[in-house]
Amino acid sequence: MTADTHTATTQVYRVWIRATPEAIWDAITKPEWTDRYGYGGVPEYGELTPGTEYRVLAGIGMQSQGVTGPVVDGELVEVDPPRRFVQTWRMVMDDEMAAEGFTRLSYDIDPRPDGVTRLTVTHELESAPRVSAMVSGDFEDEGAGGGWAWILSDLKSLLETGAPLAG
Amino acid sequence: MDDDPVFKALADTTRRSLLDRLFERDGRTLTELESQLEMTRFGVMKHLRVLEDAGLVVTRRSGREKLHFLNPVPIRLIHDRWIDKYTERRMSALSTLKHELEDQR
Repeated sequence: MTADTHTATTQVYRVWIRATPEAIWDAITKPEWTDRYGYGGVPEYGELTPGTEYRVLAGIGMQSQGVTGPVVDGELVEVDPPRRFVQTWRMVMDDEMAAEGFTRLSYDIDPRPDGVTRLTVTHELESAPRVSAMVSGDFEDEGAGGGWAWILSDLKSLLETGAPLAG
Repeated sequence: MDDDPVFKALADTTRRSLLDRLFERDGRTLTELESQLEMTRFGVMKHLRVLEDAGLVVTRRSGREKLHFLNPVPIRLIHDRWIDKYTERRMSALSTLKHELEDQR
């Protein structure tokens, strides 16, 4: 599969998790959670307010693979706990992806009946074909992780069972 | 959300073909999806509804248009829950066989 397969510039991912909106909010905003699923990574948000510039540092897993320094940077756009979190998002660990500039990432958290919460991730990826390919999992066979579907499956497992998926 | 609606949604050629269309190009309108199928608009809407109920399609408004996006997460969950489990067993059966054969030498 090549980067050309996906020509749309927005990707939408949705998962239903048996957890409270607050638990999901913590899992996407707090470093003690974010480093435990998917790619991991330690965000330095400082103040969780719109306009805050942030970066995400390599977490334990990434460091063990030799990744150092910041992996993502951007600015917080909307902060509405525990319902909506929007940020600009630029992958900086790879020169080619960094050159594609800022994308826009939104998390929408909607409580549903029966203790289930719906999490929707919308990634607007205009003029970022390489990042698009990465977050849709195209580079998984090369060891670059399975993108959002993989991250969200892992997050669901972590919040529902207390453990991420192996591998 | 359990797996049953996902397996049921996938057990239909037209619905799988709709997912393939969205995989080729995501974020399409009903009119675009309908134009490539030998089916009434109402029929396509019904299939899209089944896919949406199973979480395989997510819709999003863009101006006056309703766009349909492929959501691969439920398929990933099935992969992680079912496929990995059985391929892992086959792998470990193979590695046991390998060890047994090597021990005989």
